[in-house]
Amino acid sequence: MPRRTLHDRYARFQKLGLQAANQLQAFVADQRERPLWRQLGEEIGEASQDMAALLLSGTWRTPQDEVDRRIAQLLQGQHLGEFGVDPFGYAPESLRVMVPILDFLHRVWFRAECYDLNRVPEGRVLLISNHSGQLPFDGMVIASAMLLEHEPPRIPRTMVEKFATALPGFGDLVYRCGSVTGLPDNCRRLLENDECVLVFPEGARGISKPFRERYRMTAFGHGFMRLALETNTPIVPIAVVGAEEQTINLFDFKMMARLLHTPSLAITPLMPVIGPLAMLPSPVKYRVYFGEPLKFEGDPNDDEAVIAPKVAVVKNAIQGMLDRGLRERRGFFV
Amino acid sequence: MAGKQSLVVITGVGGRLGQLLARRLHRQPGVHVAGIDRRAFPRKPADVEHYRIDIRRKAAEELFRTRQVDVIFHCGVMHDPRKGTGEHHSWNIRGTQQILEFAHRYNVPKVVILSTGDVYGPASDNPAFITEDAPLLGAQRFAALRDLIAVDMTAQSWFWKHPEIETVVLRPAHILGATHNAVSNYLRLPRVPVLYGFDPMLQVLHEEDAVTALLAAATPGVRGVFNIVGPDPLPLRKLIEVAGKPTLELPHVVLPSVVNRMFQMRFAEFPAAELDYIRYAATMDGSRAREVLRFRHAYTVREAVAAALRQDIFDGSVEVGRKAQRLRTARV
Repeated sequence: MPRRTLHDRYARFQKLGLQAANQLQAFVADQRERPLWRQLGEEIGEASQDMAALLLSGTWRTPQDEVDRRIAQLLQGQHLGEFGVDPFGYAPESLRVMVPILDFLHRVWFRAECYDLNRVPEGRVLLISNHSGQLPFDGMVIASAMLLEHEPPRIPRTMVEKFATALPGFGDLVYRCGSVTGLPDNCRRLLENDECVLVFPEGARGISKPFRERYRMTAFGHGFMRLALETNTPIVPIAVVGAEEQTINLFDFKMMARLLHTPSLAITPLMPVIGPLAMLPSPVKYRVYFGEPLKFEGDPNDDEAVIAPKVAVVKNAIQGMLDRGLRERRGFFV
Repeated sequence: MAGKQSLVVITGVGGRLGQLLARRLHRQPGVHVAGIDRRAFPRKPADVEHYRIDIRRKAAEELFRTRQVDVIFHCGVMHDPRKGTGEHHSWNIRGTQQILEFAHRYNVPKVVILSTGDVYGPASDNPAFITEDAPLLGAQRFAALRDLIAVDMTAQSWFWKHPEIETVVLRPAHILGATHNAVSNYLRLPRVPVLYGFDPMLQVLHEEDAVTALLAAATPGVRGVFNIVGPDPLPLRKLIEVAGKPTLELPHVVLPSVVNRMFQMRFAEFPAAELDYIRYAATMDGSRAREVLRFRHAYTVREAVAAALRQDIFDGSVEVGRKAQRLRTARV
């Protein structure tokens, strides 16, 4: 390949600039017909009214006796050591600190609505969800739904990306709240203990999708299906609608991500202005759909070609619920 | 064993575990104990023989040549990053090789090797239950551990090289007691340093439980590798809380380079790689030892920590067996 001269580069930038200008022009023309800004403004106004009402009335907080009851119920089914910690580092008592944060995120910030939460069966179960939003708030919302709204309360043991467990503070916090390092062996042992395990089979490539690919799921890993077959575990597909718009990833700054040892680094529109704070989620509305439990049978060590169709069944179930959620919602914030 | 005296050889008998093992064994009827160690054996029971020789020397062979040895406990593996690496390496690897050779040449039916749980190494992507089949990655960031891994591997090769010898490899969790190992020394610090934002799960084992495991491994018919795990794992900060010590929160960002510089200049007691032990977990699955060896720990975390923090450790007046007993009964 010949070396690019300065002139080539200049021409390239010029071309990009022209493209952007054309797009902007088209967008503005489009806006005359369908005013997105006004619509978004109305949505945000409505959302902030809801949030203010919730905050003023105080109904967003789970009452203390309710928290006590739920934590006591969590403690019942657990084998905990002398110090109230299980071998994976989960300490139900430390969830007490998290409850106000989960309350706020779940009820106020995201105003999450959960559909068919009662479909999660008792005993061992794998929750399989789409993953989106740059930071794993979808996992927190599913966890708070299971902890604060499901009867009986359960804590999903989330399989966390290996890189995340090495982060100071975060790693230990998620361990105390029931998450474990995302390894097949950990998952198998948890399922054998009849726990509720939450897996995002898309992993890091799902959560760090650019904005233009929203609600298009990336490839699913097959590990969860093999474990479900091996441990005879029902799978509950979950679709989270709303999280894709919480942080807008314009493009992935791969070089910087490599320097920072993170899987990705999203550049968001507000990043030049407020820096890393731009990674925080905007108050989009979350809709979480729980599907019918799916039961699979077969050899867990079968070829990929045999496992893949089974994984596709789960993925299609999630896609169906995603489509339904996108049809039903009026906007990003309401 | 009625009638015939069985001869038990303990290498590293001058070390803490060697002493405890010798004291426990020599009281058993029909057991005669011989120890090999360059170090002294203070207040040695009269009926325990002690050869102050280097196991790598020819003189060590004489014991095996002249008498029929029934069991060898190899507790003479050294781990001290402050010692020169050459001597360290040769002592551990050649010493172990030599002991195994003797076992083969003089028909010793049983060899118990005290390896360490550190062979797995702490890492952020460790499973919560490391099984005996897991790869030994302990040296991936802590090169000083490579000879301990080599010792473990050498012993493992004996399973197929000499299947007639019952070889047992024990990988105990962090042993707490009146020893001078890293974790006991760490808990004895007036302010215990921890890394800000890290609180890994740890498994501790009372030194008497480690001896119990060694004895269980000597059961005839048993062979293989066993993780030796005591009470349920607990977070590091909980362990320090049990010890009743204040913590010293240190940021991890700059620490490794500072500690390494200090270690090179002999201001720090440990190399930076050891920081990983208070950063990441390496918790083992002890179910194989529970099922096959029928090993059960007798001491709780609190008792193990108390054993490491006893006041009389430093004045050299430790009389462990009975005193530990009294300590236990007093608390009950």
